[in-house]
Amino acid sequence: MMKKKHFERRHLVELLMKTIMRIALIIVASSLGLILWTIISRGLPSLTWDMVTQIPKGGYYMGKEGGILNAIIGSIYLASGGTLIAIILSLPIALYLQAYAQDSKWGDYVRLSLDVLWGIPSIVYGAFGFALMIMLGMRASLLAGIIALALVELPIMTRAMDEVIRRMPKDLEHAALALGSTKFEVAVRVVTRQMLPGIITGVLLAFGRGIGDVASVLFTAGYTDRIPTSLMNPTASLPLAVFFQLGSPYPEVRERGYAAALILTIIVLFVSFASRWLASRLSKYSVK
Amino acid sequence: MLRVTRYKEKIMDAHIQVKNLNAYYGKQLALKDINIEIPKNQITVIMGPSGCGKTTLLKTFNRFFELTENTQLTGEVLVDGENIYNKDIDVTEVRKIVGLLAQRPSPLPMSIYDNVAYGMHIHHMRKNREEYKDGVKHYLEIAGLWEEVQNRLNEPATSLSIGQQQRLCLARGLAVEPEIILGDEPTSALDPISSQHIESRLLDLKKQYTTIIVTHTLRQAKRLADYVIFMYLGELIEAGPAKEVFSNPKHERTKQYLEGLF
Amino acid sequence: MNQTLSKISEDIKSHRTKQDLFASRTFFVLTVFPVLLIVIITVALYLRAQPILSEYALTDLLYGEIWKPNQGLFGFRPFILGTIWVTAVGVILSVPACILVSIYLAEYAHARTRTIAKPILDLLAAIPPVVYGVWGLLSIVPFVDDVLAPLSKGRLDSIPILSVTQPTGFGILAGGIVLAVMIAPLIISVTFEVLSTVSNDLRHASLGVGATQWQTIRNIVIPQTLPGIIAAVVLGASRALGETIAVLMVVGNVPKIPTSIFDTAYPLPALIANNYGEMMSIPLYDAALLGAALVLLVVILIFNILSTLVLQRMLRRK
Repeated sequence: MMKKKHFERRHLVELLMKTIMRIALIIVASSLGLILWTIISRGLPSLTWDMVTQIPKGGYYMGKEGGILNAIIGSIYLASGGTLIAIILSLPIALYLQAYAQDSKWGDYVRLSLDVLWGIPSIVYGAFGFALMIMLGMRASLLAGIIALALVELPIMTRAMDEVIRRMPKDLEHAALALGSTKFEVAVRVVTRQMLPGIITGVLLAFGRGIGDVASVLFTAGYTDRIPTSLMNPTASLPLAVFFQLGSPYPEVRERGYAAALILTIIVLFVSFASRWLASRLSKYSVK
Repeated sequence: MLRVTRYKEKIMDAHIQVKNLNAYYGKQLALKDINIEIPKNQITVIMGPSGCGKTTLLKTFNRFFELTENTQLTGEVLVDGENIYNKDIDVTEVRKIVGLLAQRPSPLPMSIYDNVAYGMHIHHMRKNREEYKDGVKHYLEIAGLWEEVQNRLNEPATSLSIGQQQRLCLARGLAVEPEIILGDEPTSALDPISSQHIESRLLDLKKQYTTIIVTHTLRQAKRLADYVIFMYLGELIEAGPAKEVFSNPKHERTKQYLEGLF
Repeated sequence: MNQTLSKISEDIKSHRTKQDLFASRTFFVLTVFPVLLIVIITVALYLRAQPILSEYALTDLLYGEIWKPNQGLFGFRPFILGTIWVTAVGVILSVPACILVSIYLAEYAHARTRTIAKPILDLLAAIPPVVYGVWGLLSIVPFVDDVLAPLSKGRLDSIPILSVTQPTGFGILAGGIVLAVMIAPLIISVTFEVLSTVSNDLRHASLGVGATQWQTIRNIVIPQTLPGIIAAVVLGASRALGETIAVLMVVGNVPKIPTSIFDTAYPLPALIANNYGEMMSIPLYDAALLGAALVLLVVILIFNILSTLVLQRMLRRK
């Protein structure tokens, strides 16, 4: 005869663990809500049109007129430049890993070093960039910031691409090889087209990381109230604008720092949603 | 319904009764209104072409069907007259009483000894170390593996050959004292000699256990079956004592299948 | 006619093969870059840190307690211990919850729950450090000050590591809480991936003899994946070690050896970030700060290489 549900210890433990796990999930998920709520509720009141359309005027850092357009533009320049350089490096690396080194020892080393690079904190990239700049006699500039960001973004982008391309169905590739294509042609024609969603995900992920990164540009890009007109100009960036304004003794300026944090959050969330949307849209057109 | 009731009086002692069972994967119907009774202490073989729902049916007997996500079930499966899908039934108790021998042997990542002792520990079935040792020995003997492994009980179970692993899994299943053994094509991954080992174990054990085997090989069905269920496209086509079904199938589909037409 | 055709096709063929060879070589050269980059970063930092390493013994630097660059005193001990304290608090707060969440997502949750949880974790990972810092400043620091510190006072105060020493809310606990949330997405996603390497056959073998799901997880899934779970935690810890701006904003930045989680601390990354402006004006200051970056790098490299090796092996088995 079958025993009915009876509360042995192990069933109590089961119930208990499941409940604790649910609570843990709720805590983790609600921390996102708390963060967003804090940023929105404190940032929104001081967010003005001027902030996103003007550069700092004379007394901006004492609470007078102006905005942080310089930082917004600067960040977009920095992250776009960094992303561009990172694409030029990562796309071939990711394709090589897939086309030539899928299960090779060398492929493992490259992946290992990319993962390790991913783990290196951006402050170290910043310090490295700074060390290079001293050696080369360079000054803080848009270009130096772009290079530092490219290094930060490279492993993120490459590994994201690599992971997505890895999931590509293998028969398609073999079919193309069987039709007489060389591996290079397979890589470029089939893989790129098939994996466009993955590539875009990787690129936007890296861009999002780049635009929010502080520690690497702190040393390398400098800070200025002007919008850079050349690669050799120093440039402001949005995360640094947040950071500097929060350090101000003027409450109005700190309030604007919160608003700047809100702007940054909106940009990053937008990029994140865009990549999700694009990836799901584009994947409709590829063979699954 | 009628087809089944025809044999009903012949099954004196039904161990499992299936009533109006429908099973869905997502929206796709995998089992259509199954009604069947399975005799106690005999070997019942479920056969049919692949995709006919035989494994699905088997998985409803130990409530493994619900482990697949997005599945749904209506109807009843009664074991000893009790619906195992009742809300107040303890699912782990069902799986203790209804043991499963999987398609591929799945030794747990521990020693040979611990594999057999695993279920006994889970259910606290023995009092002390000595009793566990005796238990492990007993069930390894029943599974016909004791001779081969008695000197290497502490080696990892994965060091055994595939055939030995499957017998180990049998011992592990028997150690929790089930009343019913399910076998999901239990020899399909094995070489002929290992298969024969398993088959002869199952024949030995049928006096004490109700055994239900899913198989896709007709010859194995003929060797093992006391009672046969034939399924096609999620429906139960024919069921009855093995001799009758094999020698004189009532249904056209069964006849075609037995003749090897599909 | 036929001959020219085959000639042309041969030309095309050899051109295509050449193209393939050229591409594979170029691509190969590029793959050397990431491997090389790690070496270059380490060497460059070492070269810039060299002046101070030749001036002082390494043990003096690491164990020295006094930091007065303009007097030539470069004791890293308070900063190293500050880093360890903040990281440890972050990891201790984060890891239990993260592992439970991963287990829940991998073993219990419906596909629907997973499709909701995934974007939430992605967004948590996407939020920039400075925004975490703002959140810490606006929510966590007051929370520590108004809720946690009073809670500890008079009750747990007698335990040294919980004694409330200063009244601002800035400090190790605030930094640890912010870090705990920041490293959660990483630990959860890696642990989840590790847990999904366990084959369902094993789970079913355990469930099949009547084990509960938790018994299956505890007896089969966790022992099987423990190295990977530890690697995930180590990855999370090394992420916490290097986190700069968010921690800097809430941790107080006082170069004193901490003794309680309510103390302020001054972790290494914060030290580097806060002083980059003046580091060229004092002798050896830049070497000291880049040396700090080197110390950080070496520790993180060791952590990362070990955990990545473990994970590569585990995930490959899948």
